[in-house]
Amino acid sequence: MELDKKELLLLLAAAVAGVVNGLLGGGGGMIVVPLLNFVSKLESKKAHATALAVILPASIISACVFLFGGKNDFLMLAVMTAGVVAGGIIGSILLKKLKNEWIARIFAFLMLAAGVKLTFF
Amino acid sequence: MKYLWYAFSGVCAGIFGGMGMGGGTVLIPLASLFFTPDPLALRTANLVSFVPMAVTAVCIHAKNGLIEKKGIGKLVFAVTGASFFAAIFSIGIDGTVVRRGFGVFLLLLSAFQLYGAFKKEGIGTNKREQTLSGKGIFAKNSVKKELRKK
Repeated sequence: MELDKKELLLLLAAAVAGVVNGLLGGGGGMIVVPLLNFVSKLESKKAHATALAVILPASIISACVFLFGGKNDFLMLAVMTAGVVAGGIIGSILLKKLKNEWIARIFAFLMLAAGVKLTFF
Repeated sequence: MKYLWYAFSGVCAGIFGGMGMGGGTVLIPLASLFFTPDPLALRTANLVSFVPMAVTAVCIHAKNGLIEKKGIGKLVFAVTGASFFAAIFSIGIDGTVVRRGFGVFLLLLSAFQLYGAFKKEGIGTNKREQTLSGKGIFAKNSVKKELRKK
């Protein structure tokens, strides 16, 4: 298997995203999206959709760790899951409809908000 | 009322999650805005609810042709493998340092992202940009050979 510099960079950055995801239980997608944007030069819509698919298996592991080892409020979990899935369907439809520029802008502000929250709160 | 608010918080977070923008950033602060759920139970709900949402969203995106399948396996392997070992390692370390460090990294990355997002030919919009199937990790072997010749 041959790997060029770009491929190596992608895999290393993907591993960093995995480390972040494993240590914090999430957040890896925040690295995978810019990676696909800047390194692989994917348009925003495809970068976000592909990042979701890339991070999904790692998120399943994190979810299992917390579900079986964490604290549960099953009623809260059920209503939130129903809400999140319904919202996810709306978001998936929105991603196709929104312009790439707007997706990049919304994501940039969300990333800024996440950075502020993690650093200062 | 409390659970209605949690469901509403879920819908809001799900919209961002379905767009591949996380979701936990929205869900945790929004759910805790008027009520005080147990932080660990809330974190569990956040992570667990992400899974069915992401499966549904990935199916919709795949149907809409937005998922670049070529070479995705290598990335999934790198992310998942690293995530698994980091999760084991995380048991013995102080999460605050990692969280703050990642926060600073995100602040820097968001500055770069904001700059790119507001440029005329902003990130993710450049028509000249190659697609994943054209070059790099997702390239077809024939394209790779052609590029090497050049």
